[in-house]
Amino acid sequence: MSGFARPLKIALGLAVIAALIVVPMNFNRYGLFILSQWAVMSIAAMGLNLTLGYAGQVSLAQGAFVGIGAYAAAIMTTHGWPLPAAILVAIALSFAVGWVLGYPALRVQHHYLAFVTLAFSTLAFLVFRNESWLTGGIYGISNIPRPHVFGIATNRPLPFYYVCLGSLGIVSLAVWWLIRSPWGRAFMALRENPLRAQSLGIDTRRYTLMAFAIGSALGGVAGALYAPLTQYIDPVPFNLSLSLDLLMMVIVGGAGFYFGPFLGAMIAVLLPEWLRFTEGYYLMLYAVAVMLLLIWSPTGILGILDRYMAARRTKAASALRAVAKSRLETVQ
Amino acid sequence: MSAVLEVTDIKKSFGGIHAVNGVSFDVREGEILGLIGPNGCGKSTLFNCILGQLTPSGGEVKLDGQVVTGLRPSELNKLGVSRTFQLLQVFPKLSVRENLILAGQEHQGNMASRLVGRSDAGLTGAANQMIGFFKLDHLADEPAGGLSYGQQKLLDAAMAFMGGPRLVLLDEPAGGVNPSMLTDLKERLVAINREKNATFVVIEHNMEFVMSLCSRVMVMAEGKVLAMGRPDEVRKNPAVIEAYLGH
Repeated sequence: MSGFARPLKIALGLAVIAALIVVPMNFNRYGLFILSQWAVMSIAAMGLNLTLGYAGQVSLAQGAFVGIGAYAAAIMTTHGWPLPAAILVAIALSFAVGWVLGYPALRVQHHYLAFVTLAFSTLAFLVFRNESWLTGGIYGISNIPRPHVFGIATNRPLPFYYVCLGSLGIVSLAVWWLIRSPWGRAFMALRENPLRAQSLGIDTRRYTLMAFAIGSALGGVAGALYAPLTQYIDPVPFNLSLSLDLLMMVIVGGAGFYFGPFLGAMIAVLLPEWLRFTEGYYLMLYAVAVMLLLIWSPTGILGILDRYMAARRTKAASALRAVAKSRLETVQ
Repeated sequence: MSAVLEVTDIKKSFGGIHAVNGVSFDVREGEILGLIGPNGCGKSTLFNCILGQLTPSGGEVKLDGQVVTGLRPSELNKLGVSRTFQLLQVFPKLSVRENLILAGQEHQGNMASRLVGRSDAGLTGAANQMIGFFKLDHLADEPAGGLSYGQQKLLDAAMAFMGGPRLVLLDEPAGGVNPSMLTDLKERLVAINREKNATFVVIEHNMEFVMSLCSRVMVMAEGKVLAMGRPDEVRKNPAVIEAYLGH
């Protein structure tokens, strides 16, 4: 993205934020629900992008952490706890479980790690479904209340959309801070060359566990917002297909790119809506579009942009070299 | 002169192969020790055992008199032991400057301060200095993966020095580096050795490079130490000529 001038980037960012605040004011209930879902899924995908995109640790369990967060929030808020307290518990719980799930990553990598996390995903689903005393089993938990924010009730769709958007804003800032901190650099070192990283004093064990724990905690945040958004949860939305969806959001948007998850979540949440006019064919069209994209650009949508920028930089650099060379020749 | 590194009877076997078979030596403070020997004689395995990348089957490694056998590579690095690699080991997608900041950041503060503190861990100045020292100025913002082989070798060496190490193990630093760059590299190594009082152990096949750089040379063959001494002594040693130099 370094091809854009800095003020232009800032102006573009502010315009997008303003649009996200102003435009939905005219949206109907359903439109606001979809947009809120985009914000929530962006948070979960950002967590997975941290674990997978930056730190290079494959996980097929992000959906399970959304589930853990959702159940934590649902159980607590239906028992009279305020949502912020539930969010904190969801973060702590998914951080701790994510940390433990990180241990296999110290021994196995790539598709072996994918299988370990996949098994965990199934395990979590079984707990949601079978432990009825806690989770309500297949009947789920209904009448999940929405919070009051600064004394304003968020029962109506628009105020709760702002809760989701505000949370997305806070998470985005935190993740931005994290990836440009030395931690972010150490995560990328895990991805690019763990052997070299170790010899530079980088405690690869601790950073691997941290990458899992923080990524999972963001899944928990997303879940804790998902529960009051839908106001009813059962185990089905948190099965393996949510993990796969989140993985696809990260890959399609561009793994390891900061804005990848926003874009990936937008495509995963909105595209099926836009393709609704095709009726029965929309899933097929969607699948074909994703396949074509990944054949064209395995690094996702932002990968295309990145390649374009790199090509432009190279062109500019060789133009400069040509000028320098011709000057040199004139001098001689 | 006291010993920075004392290695006693290190052994490493892979199945029935004794890659390192009872090697003992010490490295004195401030010296540059060369380590030569034919391919497959156990030099790199010895390095990996000393650096905690492999667990030795037997023997002991002492750093400043403290036993450090079995410590993890990252822990050893924190104690001031650094290394370069035989094959290119940089972070290809990070810029040259980011590579160097990464190489030094874990030596600044603790986990918490690295999370809340400055994004460069206060190392941009030190990284720029290192970039100047290794003459990589024009490449500072380029992704390391785009550099030539020789330039990446220089970067790899520069990274080893970012944490201010006391002891650096260099695995074939001259391999694949062109002659003019090699002179540069030697100059840099000698300068760091003198100014920072850093101790080096250098594995190298380039005899001219080793003999002119090192104060002592150790020769290995078949997992054992064959000879140890001043470069001119080693060069005349009949056993060494037989096993390695060959002419």
